[in-house]
Amino acid sequence: MSPPILSISAVTKTYKGGFTALQPIDLAIERGEIFALLGPNGAGKTTLISIVCGTVAMTSGQVLVDGHDTRTSYRTARSMIGLVPQEIALDIFATIWDTVVFSRGLFGKPPNPAYIESLLRDLSLWDKRDSRVIELSGGMKRRVMIAKALSHEPELLFLDEPTAGVDVALRRDMWALVRRLRDTGVTVILTTHYIDEAEEMADRVGVIDGGRLLLVERTAQLMRKLGKRRLTLVLQRPMATIPPELDGWPVELAADGQQLVYSFDANAEDTGIPTLLRLLGEKGIDFKDLDTSRTSLEDIFVRLVERVA
Amino acid sequence: MSRSSLNVTGMWAIYRTEMARMMRTILQSVATPVITTALYFIVFGGAIGSRMQSVGGVDYGAFIVPGLIMLSLLTQSISNASIGIYFPKFTKTIFEILSAPLSFGEAVLAYVGAAATKSILLALIILATATAFVPVHILHPVWMVAFMVLTSIAFSLFGFIVGIWAESFEQLAVIPALVVTPLTFLGGAFYAIDMLPEPWRTISLFNPVVYLVSGFRWSFYGVGDVGVGASLGFTALFMALCLAILWWIFRTGYRLKP
Repeated sequence: MSPPILSISAVTKTYKGGFTALQPIDLAIERGEIFALLGPNGAGKTTLISIVCGTVAMTSGQVLVDGHDTRTSYRTARSMIGLVPQEIALDIFATIWDTVVFSRGLFGKPPNPAYIESLLRDLSLWDKRDSRVIELSGGMKRRVMIAKALSHEPELLFLDEPTAGVDVALRRDMWALVRRLRDTGVTVILTTHYIDEAEEMADRVGVIDGGRLLLVERTAQLMRKLGKRRLTLVLQRPMATIPPELDGWPVELAADGQQLVYSFDANAEDTGIPTLLRLLGEKGIDFKDLDTSRTSLEDIFVRLVERVA
Repeated sequence: MSRSSLNVTGMWAIYRTEMARMMRTILQSVATPVITTALYFIVFGGAIGSRMQSVGGVDYGAFIVPGLIMLSLLTQSISNASIGIYFPKFTKTIFEILSAPLSFGEAVLAYVGAAATKSILLALIILATATAFVPVHILHPVWMVAFMVLTSIAFSLFGFIVGIWAESFEQLAVIPALVVTPLTFLGGAFYAIDMLPEPWRTISLFNPVVYLVSGFRWSFYGVGDVGVGASLGFTALFMALCLAILWWIFRTGYRLKP
């Protein structure tokens, strides 16, 4: 069996100032999957991928790319990786063509004008190939960053916040590109703090906060958790116990019996709400107000952090 | 690419891009030092030199040629190499170099090689300019080239260190302005050390540039302030010191890798 395309073992990072950005992190990424690292700003997402790519030195631990240690076999490991950092960083005086060709050479690959051409066409940059970076729009610059990262045909692509500050059209383009890459066998790891982006794109999601990887799950499962919603009924008359008629319903009392809270799956075909309300009406349980809420990302983080602590 | 082989393609990519960057500004890069040097020749060689005796049997105008070339070589090597590595740091494109399958030594070689190449080209242009003003003859051409190559590499290494150290354009300018220019002017570019009164003559012997200018002048006219061996020895020592500092930077990731 071939090793995972990326294997992170007990990686930690403490910056010189004493700030611990990463607690021991263990993570294995399978070949060909799209993996989203989901977490708020400052969670450690960028630090983690920077360690894998070699732009930040880890404090302890080990990273293997296709079985190659990123420290002892860094040439082999790095030549398999493409990185698109969060911030646009380009030599603004170079032309698109020159800067992309430079990246390919830097990664030790022999020239391949045909491949670079198809790459630039794919990213709608071909017509602008002789333009200098300084003349390009923000969206185009971001695509140049992607072209550079793909110039050496990496097997593992990191996209750090690919859609931060990007308009809707470009965001859709980006998602389409990631799917096309996956179809060609490239493994994609992206970071995001948008839950819907993770949902849209990823096969698996890792939730990271405070330098800890709180959970790694298949997207569908995570969304089932995140998709939980709550219906809160403010009762006319407070109740001390849940009436027996509601046995088997996922309900609980809150606010000293003044509220009845029903949890349901927003994605399910039958949420059970009409049945519940009819049942309450029949039993004469009146309510004066109702409210529904979705479990927020913050709620999930808080719960996960509490569970880990 | 095999695990142990050098990333020659990667080094070549950096070298070529650096040379292209210099060529983009070819006019400033060549015109400025050529005009400056021409002015030195007119003022020191023509106006003042005509009223001066020859130095050590060499006509004053010709005497200052090696010093002027050395002055350009030093300042250009430092500024080329320091900007070469500082610019990617400033634009944050350095991430690409750091994430490439390229060793630190290979990156240094590529950047320093490009900086040294450019300053040698410039030195040769200045030498050609000088021949238009004064009769120049070169006694030991091989040694002259050797001194050029060694000096440009040594000071490009030094410039590379400055570029890594600098965190602003001000800091980038401060080392050449505050350290290198004074050392060069007091390094015997325009006079022989024994023309200085004591204690300056002795103090001058602690100025590293004296050894470079002296050795370089010896390759032209066969005379120098210090022995050619001392000149070579010093250049080698300086290069070794720079390499040691770079080794330390590599080991600690100083100002490159957090």
